[in-house]
Amino acid sequence: MTALGKLFRTTAFKLTLVYLTVFALFAVFLLGYFAWNTRRLVTEQITQTVDAEIGGLSEQYNLGGIRRLVIIVDTRARRPGSSLYLVTTNAGEALAGNVGALPPGLLEKPGWTETEYRRLEESEGPEHHALARVIQLPGGFRLLVGRDLDERERLYDVVLSAGKWSAAIVVVLGLAGGFFVARRVLRRVDAMTETTRSIMEGDLGERLPVAGSNDELDRLAVNLNAMLDRIEALMHGLKEVSDNIAHDLKTPLTRLHNRCEEALRTARSENEYRSALEATIEESEGLIRTFNALLMIARAESGQARDNMSEFDAAEVAAGVVELYEPLAEEKGLSLMVEAPSPAPVHGSRELVSQALANLVDNAIKYAASVEKADAESQVITVKAASEGDRVLLSVTDQGPGIPASQRERVVERFVRLDQSRSVPGSGLGLSLVAAVARLHGGELKFEDNALEPEATGPNATGLKAIIALPRGGPQGAG
Amino acid sequence: MRLLIIEDDRDAADYIVRAFRETGHVADHAADGEEGLALALDGQYDVLIVDRMLPKRDGLSVIGTLREKGVQTPVLILSALGQVDDRVKGLRAGGDDYLPKPYSFSELLARVEALARRRGGRGDEMVYRVADLELDRLSHQVSRGKEEIVLQPREFRLLEYLMKHAGQVVTRTMLLENVWDYHFDPQTNVIDVHISRLRSKIDKGHAQPLLQTVRGAGYMIRDSAR
Repeated sequence: MTALGKLFRTTAFKLTLVYLTVFALFAVFLLGYFAWNTRRLVTEQITQTVDAEIGGLSEQYNLGGIRRLVIIVDTRARRPGSSLYLVTTNAGEALAGNVGALPPGLLEKPGWTETEYRRLEESEGPEHHALARVIQLPGGFRLLVGRDLDERERLYDVVLSAGKWSAAIVVVLGLAGGFFVARRVLRRVDAMTETTRSIMEGDLGERLPVAGSNDELDRLAVNLNAMLDRIEALMHGLKEVSDNIAHDLKTPLTRLHNRCEEALRTARSENEYRSALEATIEESEGLIRTFNALLMIARAESGQARDNMSEFDAAEVAAGVVELYEPLAEEKGLSLMVEAPSPAPVHGSRELVSQALANLVDNAIKYAASVEKADAESQVITVKAASEGDRVLLSVTDQGPGIPASQRERVVERFVRLDQSRSVPGSGLGLSLVAAVARLHGGELKFEDNALEPEATGPNATGLKAIIALPRGGPQGAG
Repeated sequence: MRLLIIEDDRDAADYIVRAFRETGHVADHAADGEEGLALALDGQYDVLIVDRMLPKRDGLSVIGTLREKGVQTPVLILSALGQVDDRVKGLRAGGDDYLPKPYSFSELLARVEALARRRGGRGDEMVYRVADLELDRLSHQVSRGKEEIVLQPREFRLLEYLMKHAGQVVTRTMLLENVWDYHFDPQTNVIDVHISRLRSKIDKGHAQPLLQTVRGAGYMIRDSAR
């Protein structure tokens, strides 16, 4: 496709052509109307003049007979710029006037006529046009009075040629403008096409150019860029999941496989087979749990779980989760407290938020129990639910080892387990699910140092505060 | 118990049928939705086990048709879709319980027995009794022998559920679902701790323990002397 061909195909150019055609038609119509009207006016004026003269001359004839008429006509005919006059006998013999040649038979028909003629003084040369009226005078004489039409035609020509020129100028300027606009738009669209092509070829990091003029193309580019951001994030997530599956599901699967092989190879007694099988079942149950957790996270992240959302009280959720975990905490020598003044309305999935909070409490208990402190007895885990402005905060505060600030971004990623926590059992998916649930509800998961809490200033004032911040529901909230 | 298993995966169906027969039940099998519906309509079954995705007619539609025709046989839905909203859909369609795949047979057996028992109708009794343990559902009083036992509300509901299904194995997930109304799997087994607390309240100091742990399956409350 040549550059010019491409230009002709652009929308901007096609639009220009359409506008141009419409405008030109309109201009032609206007000029035509103007020309036609001018002509009509001139004709009307001529008619009036001729009528007036005929009236005057007939009167003179009535008063003074043919002689007087001839004298007056002669006088008038000699004036410069005069009308056309011709007086003839009934037989057609000219008695007076300034008209030479006329088409034959013209004088026979009284009334208006448009005719060609030659003046008396010019025997050769081009014939002129005239508008004339012939009347029959009493006594058999005929009188013709007319006006030359050259003036009218000249005026008409002037208007016509003005029209032609202006139409030509309009077309040329319009085309040039169209070219200019189309070229400009085309260049930006070309740039966008170029970028999309390189994106299609796999470079998802590319972004469409934004001119900064905030016009339609800019808004389109901004929106497309936002869409690309989203797609890139999703692709990244997908890639991460498949990498995770490759690394973290293959490992236990290999272990399972090896265990079975080993049992087949070495086991002798029924008891040995039994214990190998039991270990296999345990391993596969762990795999299923991991798989379920992955599905759940994917589900929460894709937003599918939005269908089953309703209004619930986060304070009740906090109390429920604490009630579920309280015996476990006590068994581990920890005290689990709840501070949840009702109501803390949230619109969402009670089940998922419960599970997210349960994961946080589970972690707090696990890691608190992992710390060997002389006074482990005094470790306190506090679960809070409170409305704060337009948000509801669900927090779990512990006095465990905490998470270094530099690692807090990383711990919510799937299968990420910090080196210092490898000794504690876990799948590395707990916090990923919490973060996914928070995002699903339009909220977030944050971590703070427990020490930042003003009321926690005891000797054990270290630890972690994990906060699920959710948008406040209920009639006062944004929903 | 007479059971009908509607499941298109031949291996899985064979395994379940065999396992139920080994545990002393009668189990029939249908491989697609139409056949299953026909069998369920004229057979006298105690419990139906229905897979969700079936050839010819899907599981939910089978259940819906049965309910429309007034067949009230309890239905347990098996499904590879284990999420909360799938469960809600299944139960709304007329299912009585929902078990996501993969499941262990002990879990399936416990749930099926619970469903069959519900039909038998212990649910309406006002006082549950197991040996000398007594639970009054109206006054919320629990006693063993002549001794009154004070329970927290949750412990009461836990014991109530166990006693309602006395003599049957109750799994941890069944307890989580029915006593706590949670449908997720906590990372740590919190139920065990609740059970041992309850056990210390009802069994401590008595010669005959009533609340037993069934290894690899769950818990059971039972009069072991009988």
